[in-house]
Amino acid sequence: MQADPRALRFAATATAVVLALVLVTDSVWLLAAQTAVFALGAVGASPYGMVFKGIVKSPPRDLEDARPPRFAQRVGLAFALAALVGHATQIAPLALGATAAALFAAFLNAAFGFCLGCETYLIIRRLLPAAR
Amino acid sequence: MARGGRALSCPMTGLTVLLVTLAAAALAGVALRRRGGVPREVRGDVQRMTPDDLGAELGERATLVQFSSAFCQPCRATRRILAEVAEMVPGTAHVEIDAESRLELVRSLDILRTPTVLILDRSGYVVKRASGQPRKADVIGALGLAIGE
Repeated sequence: MQADPRALRFAATATAVVLALVLVTDSVWLLAAQTAVFALGAVGASPYGMVFKGIVKSPPRDLEDARPPRFAQRVGLAFALAALVGHATQIAPLALGATAAALFAAFLNAAFGFCLGCETYLIIRRLLPAAR
Repeated sequence: MARGGRALSCPMTGLTVLLVTLAAAALAGVALRRRGGVPREVRGDVQRMTPDDLGAELGERATLVQFSSAFCQPCRATRRILAEVAEMVPGTAHVEIDAESRLELVRSLDILRTPTVLILDRSGYVVKRASGQPRKADVIGALGLAIGE
């Protein structure tokens, strides 16, 4: 499984913009939409990635392993779901905190190409020795 | 503000959280870029890796140990850099360890990230350690220290 790194970067930028709008507008629908995007991205069908492929036709210079970004989308999905729960239960710190955490990771990826979600993998594995 | 629901927080709160988050992420990104992958002296007890730990023989003069995982973007580039250095510097071995299958070792060495690169001297003592993708020149520099040139 290979992915175009430019599409990944584009998707991270779109995610960061949408999450920033979620924070400013407090729109639960926009948050729900981004949650769906995370879920699709986790199975390798990122809508943002598809938009990029629709616009940019040139082939990428190199390809990247698609598994790390997909895993990171799962981490993003977990935070987005937590934020939705925060909205549903009217717990503002949970909604804002979880959205901010997802935005933090998306911004790091968009601006620096650093996959924070990927970094959580080993830490999670270290904490859960039984989950093999 | 939320359409179809009660407003969770006032708009100013959301904007404040946004700006604080972006500032923190920008600082973190700069720190990661500057400090990530730089080989450092190992703090605390001197650690030693045996051929048993490595699952391979130590290099004659030094060993580059790379911890990798399945969901690691910079691991491939790191593998290439270390393989090139090992080829360039005679007596240097490059050993890659799948962190997931060696969690005991990962815990005992307190490895939190992949890639983490350990630079061992000829006896297997950890001389330097880099978290994140290292630069080739830095690896060569750290190797010089391990070999004792």
